[in-house]
Amino acid sequence: MTRVADAADDRTLEPLLKEHGPRVLAVLVRRGADFAAAEDAVQEALIEALGRWPDRMPRDPFAWLVTVAWRKYLDAHRSQTARHRREQAELDEPPPGPTEQSDDTLRLLFLCCHPALTSSSAVALTLRAVGGLTTRQVAEAYLVPEATMAQRISRAKRTVAAEGLSGPGDLGRVLRVLYLIFNEGYGGEVDLAAEAILLTRELVAQAPEPEVAGLLALMLLHHARRASRFAGDGGLVTLAEQDRGRWDTDLISEGIGILQDALARDRLGEFQVQAAIAALHADAPTADETDWVQIVEWYDELTVLTDSPVVALNRAVAVGEADGPQAGLRALADVPPVPRRTAAEAHLRERAGEATIAAELYVVAAREATNVAERDHLTRQAARLRGVASDQSAGVDQRAASGQGAVDPDLT
Amino acid sequence: MAKYLLLKHYRRSAGPANLPEADIPMDEWSEQEISAHMRYMNDFADRLRERGEYVGGDALAPEGAFVRYDGEGRPPVTDGPFAETKDLIAGWMIIDVDSQERAYEAAAELSAAPGKGGAPIHEWLEVRPLLGWSAPGTE
Repeated sequence: MTRVADAADDRTLEPLLKEHGPRVLAVLVRRGADFAAAEDAVQEALIEALGRWPDRMPRDPFAWLVTVAWRKYLDAHRSQTARHRREQAELDEPPPGPTEQSDDTLRLLFLCCHPALTSSSAVALTLRAVGGLTTRQVAEAYLVPEATMAQRISRAKRTVAAEGLSGPGDLGRVLRVLYLIFNEGYGGEVDLAAEAILLTRELVAQAPEPEVAGLLALMLLHHARRASRFAGDGGLVTLAEQDRGRWDTDLISEGIGILQDALARDRLGEFQVQAAIAALHADAPTADETDWVQIVEWYDELTVLTDSPVVALNRAVAVGEADGPQAGLRALADVPPVPRRTAAEAHLRERAGEATIAAELYVVAAREATNVAERDHLTRQAARLRGVASDQSAGVDQRAASGQGAVDPDLT
Repeated sequence: MAKYLLLKHYRRSAGPANLPEADIPMDEWSEQEISAHMRYMNDFADRLRERGEYVGGDALAPEGAFVRYDGEGRPPVTDGPFAETKDLIAGWMIIDVDSQERAYEAAAELSAAPGKGGAPIHEWLEVRPLLGWSAPGTE
């Protein structure tokens, strides 16, 4: 964020930035502009637009912004001719030809998800530069002070500017960053999951790889269940207990359609497999009708693609559903200690009829939880198994009283 | 990305064993030594800000009170201050970092603040992960 931008009212800039910022930035970057300087120029152009457009709206606001931003970039650039003389000739004459907007945005995504950046920096930069969020919005979403987020973003820009982009971008890295954003869920006024879906939709249009489609399908299938995942008090509702009538059937059918097209191209990847598992859950009219045998088969595929212990954990839970809790516990025995392993064991022990051990494990699992929602959920599971009586009997938590295990087998 | 609370205890009687350097109380340091210590801590916070990792922090008054509810319509009950606080917390800082490894690295850097004679005090920093509020967007 430039000083100029700080001086303007950030909030009046937000809609404008959101609509045009990333696309204009993408054009400048494609023309060879240094990332940080390009973003400054876009900011200045947007501020100028704020002042001028109310009097006279340009016929093509996007083209206007590109022209003004490019001019501002060149002006700033020329003032540093000593440092940049070498590049001047090239910069004064941007490559001719039509603006390939899709390529521009793809290139911008590759830059923002540069392998030299930490994932948190890549996330911040992507939301800022491609998502068109303001620094304030990104800061709020990740619960850090705006000044800290501004530093994180400008540091990331410096890294990207210094490293440059040699060779083709790393698509796998872009997908992981988008999935990280999706996983964060809500953050302040910004719906990060929806933001991640938007960005992935754009990416699908530009990079027609089956795995990109697989990621989009996975996001849509998870998103479809979002409303049913939390009780009125904010408590977690496990997959088995969710009110399936509240699942968004439009999103589910869109997700399944996208997934089927991707799978038909016969280049399997992790996100496609995870989406296939999510689709099998989405397809089951009731929890009891879930096709666990097929889900285990997909987990076997996933194991071939990645030897992640988290996958092994989820597979063990699925085996427990398909072949019974003892089989699940045998599969779990080979899983190294990873987050939620204890919760998975508690669930399997409970289904195996070992309520006392299960209750103890739920207590341990609650201590290991990394978020309050999961911790509270696991604590309630332990209380339910121990039959702890409430002093206010009217207040017995019905959901906990009928509760199933803590680990969602769809955990990915 | 995860947030961690760094607690500065100036631990003497609780927690892991002390190193001698950490055990000379600040009122036995020279003015210059105290200034150097404070400057180090401010610079440390600035470095975290520059890295985009600083969330917040404060120094705490050494003494406070214990307070509790005492029933409807009654004023709060207070107790303390206690002269010999076993677990003095002198300050706290919250950082937002990429890994536990990085959180430990930052804590160790803070623990290297100079004390008596300008040598690192090696004090124990307590590092506690903050629990997130909500479960992730996927199950």
